[in-house]
Parts: sequence; C-alpha cells; structure tokens
Amino acid sequence: MSTKPVFVPSSETAISRRGFFMKLGILFNGLAAAVVAMPIVGFLFSAITRGRANGYLSWVQLGKIADFPEGETRLATFRNPYVMPTDGTTADTACWVRHIAGEQFQVFAINCAHLGCPVRWFQQSGLFMCPCHGGAYYSDGSRASGPPERGLFEYPHKIENGLITIQAGELQTPGAAIAALTGEKPPCA
Amino acid sequence: MRMMIGRIGQWFDFRLQLAAPVREIAEHPVPRNTASWWYVFGSAALVVFILQFLTGILLALVYVPSGAEAWSSLQALNHAVTLGWFIRAMHGWGSNFMVAIVLIHMVQVFLFGAYKFPRELTWTIGVFLLLMTLGMAFSGQVLRFDQDAYWGLGIGASIASRVPILGPAIVKLMLGGPIIAGATLSRFFTLHVFVIPGLLIGCVCLHVLMVLKLGINEWPMPGRVVKRATYMNDYHELTKKNGAPFVPYAVWKDMFFAAFIILAVAACALYFGPFGPTGRPDPTIIQTAPKPDYFFLWLYALLSLLPPSLETPALLIGPVVVIAGLLLLPFLSGEGEKSWKRRPIAVLTVMMIAITLGTFTHLAGYTPWSPHMSAWSGDPVPDQFIHGTTALERQGALIFQVKQCRNCHSLGETGGQRGPSLDSVAVRLTQDQLIRQVIQGGGNMPAYGKNLSPAETTALVAFLETLHPKGQAPARDAARDVALGDEKPVVQP
Repeated sequence: MSTKPVFVPSSETAISRRGFFMKLGILFNGLAAAVVAMPIVGFLFSAITRGRANGYLSWVQLGKIADFPEGETRLATFRNPYVMPTDGTTADTACWVRHIAGEQFQVFAINCAHLGCPVRWFQQSGLFMCPCHGGAYYSDGSRASGPPERGLFEYPHKIENGLITIQAGELQTPGAAIAALTGEKPPCA
Repeated sequence: MRMMIGRIGQWFDFRLQLAAPVREIAEHPVPRNTASWWYVFGSAALVVFILQFLTGILLALVYVPSGAEAWSSLQALNHAVTLGWFIRAMHGWGSNFMVAIVLIHMVQVFLFGAYKFPRELTWTIGVFLLLMTLGMAFSGQVLRFDQDAYWGLGIGASIASRVPILGPAIVKLMLGGPIIAGATLSRFFTLHVFVIPGLLIGCVCLHVLMVLKLGINEWPMPGRVVKRATYMNDYHELTKKNGAPFVPYAVWKDMFFAAFIILAVAACALYFGPFGPTGRPDPTIIQTAPKPDYFFLWLYALLSLLPPSLETPALLIGPVVVIAGLLLLPFLSGEGEKSWKRRPIAVLTVMMIAITLGTFTHLAGYTPWSPHMSAWSGDPVPDQFIHGTTALERQGALIFQVKQCRNCHSLGETGGQRGPSLDSVAVRLTQDQLIRQVIQGGGNMPAYGKNLSPAETTALVAFLETLHPKGQAPARDAARDVALGDEKPVVQP
C-alpha cells in the first residue's frame, strides 16, 4: 500500500481538464471568428472605402465647346468613369451644360436637389422643372420654388483644348452638403 | 393495401417520431369563439408568403440579376417564356396581397388586444415581420430593374444621404458603389432573395410557434380584463375545459380563406397581368416621371406636402418614432381591456391612420404637386378663354402657353395643378398684383422677371385680366384709379 499523493482539486477552485479544454476551445473559436470577420467586414464595407481608389472621381470630357451654343443650356451624356462589367446602361449619366458666354460654363447634375429625380430644362421660361415633387430652379441652377432646400448640384469643370471637361463619378445627393461641413470634400457642393 | 401503407407509415414514424407532436399541434384546444372569420388573416399571410416563395423560385429560373441584363430578362419572361408573364403577375400581385393581408392582420390583432400579456413578444416579432414584408416590397420593386426602379433608388439614396455625418457612407453602402448601377441591383437581389427571406422564415417560425405555445387570443369580451396574475388560469379555463380542437373545429375557415386568397391573386394576375417593367434603366432618358409602387404612394405624397424645413427631421426621426411606438405598445399596455368596444382611443387611432394613409395614397394617384411637363405644348387653350379677345390678349394667351405657365396652372381643368387654377384669377388679383406676381413670383411661384420682356408681361397680364366668370367683374384697385385720375365708371358686363 503506497501513500501516493493524489491531487484532488477543491470544489471551488476546480478547473478540470475537460473544463479547461472547453474554455480553450471557446477562445480558439473566438480567435478564428475574429480572423475571418476582418476580411468579411472589409469586403462588406468596401463600397465606402473604394472611394479612395483610382478613377473613382475623374475628369470626363463632355464634348467640344462648339457643341454648346452660347446662351443655351443643353443635355450632355457621359459614361461614368468608374464602371463594373454588369452596369449596362446605368453607368451612362446625363447632365445639363449651360454655356453662359465665352469660356464661362455651368454644368448641373441631372438629379433634383430634393430627392434625385431627373430635372428637365425649359428654354422658354428659363426654368428647370422636376417631374416628381415639383421642384423648380432658375437657369443658373439656383432654387426657384418647390421642396428643394438648395440649388442644383454643379460639377467642377474646366476647358481644355476647346473641350469641356467635368469631374464626375458619384451620384449627387443632398447629403453631399452635409459631408462638406464635416470636412469631406464632395465633388459637387 | 391499407395495412401496407400503415406499416410504411409506422416504419417512418419509428425513426422520425413526428406523428405525436404534429397531432398535438393540430388538435390543440382553442377557445370556441375563435373559430371566427376574423381569425383567418394570420394563416392567409403565411399562405401568401409560401406562394411568394414558390413563384419567386420560378422567376429566378429566368431572371438575371445583372444591371445590364435584368430588364431584358424580364422582357423575356413577359413575352418569350411560356406563362412567364403569369408567374411574374402572380408574384407581383402576391406582394400586393401580402402587404395588405399583413396590415389587416395587424389591425385585427391590435383591435382585439391580442398583443397584451402574455403575447407581447409575438407582437414584437410581428412588427419585424411587417418591416421585412415592406423591405421585400421595396427590394422587389428594385429587382424590376426599370426606370421607376432606377429613380426610386435615387430617391432612397437621397433620403439616406440626409443622415447626419454618416449619410454619404450609407449611400455608398446602399448602392454598392458611387452610382446606381450593377452592384446596386446585385445587393438588392441578395437582400430580396437571401437575406430578408431567411430572416422572414426564421421569424415566421418563431411567430407561429408562439401562437401554438401561448394559444390563440380568445375573443375579447368587454369587461374581461387581462391581469398578469390570473390570465393564464382564465385562458386555461377557456381552452382546456370549454375549448375545441383546432383541427377540424377552426381550421376549415382558415383553409377556405387561404384558397380564396390564392384564387384572388391568380385572378388579378390573369386579368391585370404583370407589373412593368417600364422603360429601360437608362439614366440618360430623362423624359420620365418615376412613381413608387402602390404601398409607398403615401410616402411619395408626404414627401411632396411636407414643408422643406421639416422634411429631413420627419424622414429621419419619423420612422424611428413609429417603429419604437409599435415595438413598445405591448409593454406600455400589456394589461387591461382587450375589447375594441372599451378602447375608443385604439379605434380612433386606427381610423386616423387609415384615413391619413388613404388620403395620401389617393392624392399620389394624380400628383397635384407635379408640374405637367407637356401641358404647355400639348393642352389647348379652351375656346371660352380666347373667344372675343383682342390681339394683345391672344398674344398673352400664347405667351401663357409658350412660357410653360400651363405646366403648373390649369385652364378649364387641364394643365398642371401645382399652382392655383387661373380660370378666375382676374377676380382674385388686380392688374398691379398680377404684374407683381408674374415678375417677382412668390408663394411657391418662380419669378419670371428675367424671362419676360415688358411687352410680353403686358400681353400676358392683359390675357390674365380676361380670366373671370361671366357676370363677375375683375378685381380692381379703386385707389389706383383715383390716384392716376383715370377713374372710369364700373361697367357691368
């Protein structure tokens, strides 16, 4: 009869072998989940971070100055600079080009500053009208009447070699104005 | 033969052990007076959901969730695939029926006090089921990737963008990129086909499980008040002692109504056909007046009628308040009277909401706030307004049309309704007031000073001054006549 000392854990501080491995198992799974979660979150939110990618906001040519007679406002269309293979016609975008005089231009987004419906230009009355909720704007894009709280969105533009070029690539929404306050520079403000 | 089937059944049940619980569910006792036609909407919603599930799978056999091809694949469903139009129509009408039945079910549950103790959680999950049903309706409209879907997404993005600070990020997350495009359709497809249906199935199972575990709400009797301490015993009394088995005592009404609803969906599908698609989702085609589907028309009206300054707060805070109110309802009034006969505020609330939504939906049917984009070139000036007019007045009528005044102002009940009808404007405004209004605008009218020459303004106002009913003199400023010294006797026409 040997009196081999046997380790008997007290019931309060008991960490059994099985219990320990179970806790280790939970910890291990937590680690695995965290490792897998990082790329998943990165993938899910890539639509936001993609904004920093090249070509997201680019200079797009709308056409020759001669195509836009002085004193007139005309519809121009362009292909969005950032395109995916499945975009189809949705990547085509329209905008209103107002040739004031000489090299003075204004390029307005097609989207109403209220809720984004396509505004139409009426040369005779010098108004942009929105078919959705009845917003109206003057020829210089400023708000005339209706629910919009601001004028039409304008694209930054420049004239190069007789071509009118705008900086485009993002849907124009009223939130851009709020973003401007927080420091993020929207393409149109 | 019969013995054979019985033995096969026994073989399976020995392994599956499902017969006993299924029988228990089917024959669970329900209060006798719940075998009512008022209690059929929940099961009808479930049946329509299953119908949507099946027709959705059928549509997915042909539909292509690609921004470049979705619209063409819907055209193929409508015109090239045998009975594709019918399955599309069933799915479209099924969605309308589903929203309607879920709403009716909710109103019935609310008026019957069924959300009270111990069914608070059943109601809470029901609220989520309603939100998911609406989510399915909206995402389904997006999958019909046409002009309305495209601009509807633009409206959704514009609303989302107004969230302070996070707005632009939410828009990109919603659209899957910087613009409404292929990625947008793909993610709405994922929501419509995987995410929301998955959540729906889970929540429907929980919802039905709770109805079975807690029992169907008894028919509310005025004076039979819900108290936490005694309710379970009272309900036990109603079911175990005086109740009747659900199958077949109450189930036949559910079955009849379910069959009726399925036939009604099929009949609508057959008679009215599928919804759209309208024009191609090409944003360079701007001759479009997008409109949401039926169940969001009230929102369309609300967005037109809210004062601009209230819009953003209402859009961002309103849904939070409404959803919080619905979720908190059973916890704020978990006890007390169940009967609508003793709950006048509940009845009035339902009536008020129904009338409000109904009125907004009705208004959105003819959009009095939208300019009629082609009224100026398309609507004729009615005879009676140019009969016997001078050359100057006719010139004014021409200017009235050419300057698109007609897009917002009606004459003889045609033209826009954005501004007031001008049939009798001369009675309301004097010559001076007309000139001022035309040149300076105001009261939601743009100023036309820069776009009218003095001669045009004179002609236009001359025409407007003729717009008064026969036998009613135009408004005139008596002081002006005296001041200018050209006082004329008032000629009665």
